[in-house]
Amino acid sequence: MAASQGDGFVAFDRVQKSYDGETLVVKDLNLSIGKGEFMTMLGPSGSGKTTCLMMLAGFETATSGEITLDGRPINSVPPHKRGIGMVFQNYALFPHMTVGENLAFPLEVRGMGKSEREKKVKRALDMVQMGAFAGRRPAQLSGGQQQRIALARALVFEPELVLMDEPLGALDKNLRERMQYEIKHIHNNLGVTVVYVTHDQTEALTMSDNVAVFDDGRIQQLAPPDVLYEKPENAFVAAFIGENNTLKGRVQSVNGRECKVKLGDGSVISALKVNVEGEGVQSTLSLRPERVVVGEAAAEMPNRFEAEVLELIYLGDHIRVRMNVCGDDEFIVKVPNNTGGRSMAVGQKAPVGWAVEDCRALDPS
Amino acid sequence: MAQADASMMGAGQGPARAEKLVTSDGTPLKRALERAERQRKLVALGLVTPLLVFLLTVFVWPIAQMMWLSVKNDQIVSAIPRTLDELRTWDGRDLPGENVFAALHADFMEDLERPRREQTTGPMGIRLNYELSAARSAVSRTSRAVAGFEAPYKEAFTDAHRLWGDPALWRIIKREGRPLTLSYYVAALDREYADDGSIVQRDERRRIYVPLFGRTLYLSVVITTMTFLLGFPIAYYMSILPMRQANLLMICVLLPFWTSLLVRTSAWIVLLQQQGVINSGLVGLGLIDDGNRISMIYNQTGTIIAMTHILLPFMVLPLYSVMRTIPPSYMRAAKSLGATPSTAFRRVYFPQTLPGIGAGGVLVFIISIGYYITPALVGGQSGRMISNEIARHIQQSLNWGLAAALGTLLLAGVLILYWLYNRLVGTDSLKFG
Repeated sequence: MAASQGDGFVAFDRVQKSYDGETLVVKDLNLSIGKGEFMTMLGPSGSGKTTCLMMLAGFETATSGEITLDGRPINSVPPHKRGIGMVFQNYALFPHMTVGENLAFPLEVRGMGKSEREKKVKRALDMVQMGAFAGRRPAQLSGGQQQRIALARALVFEPELVLMDEPLGALDKNLRERMQYEIKHIHNNLGVTVVYVTHDQTEALTMSDNVAVFDDGRIQQLAPPDVLYEKPENAFVAAFIGENNTLKGRVQSVNGRECKVKLGDGSVISALKVNVEGEGVQSTLSLRPERVVVGEAAAEMPNRFEAEVLELIYLGDHIRVRMNVCGDDEFIVKVPNNTGGRSMAVGQKAPVGWAVEDCRALDPS
Repeated sequence: MAQADASMMGAGQGPARAEKLVTSDGTPLKRALERAERQRKLVALGLVTPLLVFLLTVFVWPIAQMMWLSVKNDQIVSAIPRTLDELRTWDGRDLPGENVFAALHADFMEDLERPRREQTTGPMGIRLNYELSAARSAVSRTSRAVAGFEAPYKEAFTDAHRLWGDPALWRIIKREGRPLTLSYYVAALDREYADDGSIVQRDERRRIYVPLFGRTLYLSVVITTMTFLLGFPIAYYMSILPMRQANLLMICVLLPFWTSLLVRTSAWIVLLQQQGVINSGLVGLGLIDDGNRISMIYNQTGTIIAMTHILLPFMVLPLYSVMRTIPPSYMRAAKSLGATPSTAFRRVYFPQTLPGIGAGGVLVFIISIGYYITPALVGGQSGRMISNEIARHIQQSLNWGLAAALGTLLLAGVLILYWLYNRLVGTDSLKFG
């Protein structure tokens, strides 16, 4: 879990937020973001991630707790004095101004001279490869172009911290992927700190240095993308990030880092003890579909079961196989699209197996 | 097939020689398209026609009629054609000669023989009376006595009524003896014909309409400004409220629409009159002297207060509908970019409400420029507007020609203002709802 370190560039210290005085939207948030870091807040809608961003931007006030920016508490600093750049979900480009005027706006309100303003606007537009569009109105631009302008506008006054609230949500898939790389490159080149909010896990995994997974007003796990995927710490994170098979059972015995879990149908699985108290408690086992081995290779695995193929879905580079494993009809296995994979047929029986460290025993959720 | 149609070339055929496109069964594409579209066009026509017919009969036609009335001038021409013939050679200075009076006698005699309802001297008398008071009695008195006249007719006419001996009357007869006239417009612009036939301004005490137009314009601007000042904050507040509360407020704004005019008017009288609630309250609080009660009704103040109240919804509705569509993220974006709340409002929010302000302003202004009932009820003498004068001419003085000329000028004024607005701001940016 996120530790409150207090030495981060941005720090949330025991922050809570309630809108109605009855329920907490954000419950006890402790988060520290280092300078130059690309931090993503990931979570389903209503998980409190956008509220956190809005508190950081100054559009919402924290009900309790403290937010500091570069060591200074900013709870009572109004948004326009925080000097934080922000990219909004629908870009919020001012429709009555040209692209150039939009970019010049933050410089103008800072009282910058005309020639310097023009220089900076040009540099910012060149950075997002939109140099030729300064005279256009936002309505004359495509979604992707508006996105770039919004990005340039949030960066043109050289803030040290930039917030992005689902900035790519309105773009189509191809463009979204290209913009992900571009934002990442700009982040690397400028070295600004970025706090990025999204509900799209691919986006979070592609771009971030660290991802904070939000649910129910709390950070469920804070970790770099690979750790998040490989080593989810609880059932929510395991289910939310990537595809995941869940098997529910009761812990039979614990042996150091390993434990044995007995499922409803009586089969016993050896799993890594991650988030279970001890013997006798309920547990959810999490297993990635691509870590399951099908066929003869399964014989060498500590967990081996006989499975029946229920459904095959052809996906080009791999084949998704829905199987019945240990009484679970929704068990998914990803099989590479090779000779072995192609030879499978519905109704066929096959042995499946997996390693102990790929199967994580988590909280029952 | 080979003959290329010019419009087909424009339809993206490229530089290559355009060939007539045909559908798979050989019909030219254009005709096939027309046939396919015909159904839709018929439906559209069917939807529009009833309203179009309605508008033509109750709106366009009456307005055309009104504009025609403002120049129509057949009363004299149809009553005394022979006289007008003889007047053609008259120099316009001294009294016309005997030949003219003889012709007048003949015209009057002919008129006497017509059935009563077709007699034309009556309308002629009324028409002449607009230009010269007492002309009507001159005509009616003489036309009844004309049967007993004997030559020389000049003496007979001047004996019957002294006006016939006045060259001014004859000048008017000659000038207005044409089927069309501009004299209603001349009068509506506070001008008159001098003896030599040139158009001059009336002397200051008799100028009514131009100052009234000016006052109407002034009051409309004041009322539009008032509705804007009062309506903008409430529209803004409603736009940030949740729908339920916003609707409740909207009902309050719309209340003046739902209250009977009489109830509203008596409420204003109770409130605003010298012995009314507000004055008594102020006196009771010791803010004003009992002798210095403020007059707030039956004058301009009354007109402004009452019309601002009535027209407020016309300002609030377009403003509100525009403000609803401005996402709060614009203001947030402006603030995040470093603008103080007031700068953000001025530079980012306010410019985006301009289409609503324009629509509300045009609506309120144009309605108030032609407003009639409220000024008539609470306007007194100084709060009257041009419509009240038009109504007076239609209902009391029965000078429909002048009423029509005033109405046409008002219409032209509104159109010019609208055109100006279009030039300066552009009507395509208006958002009425």
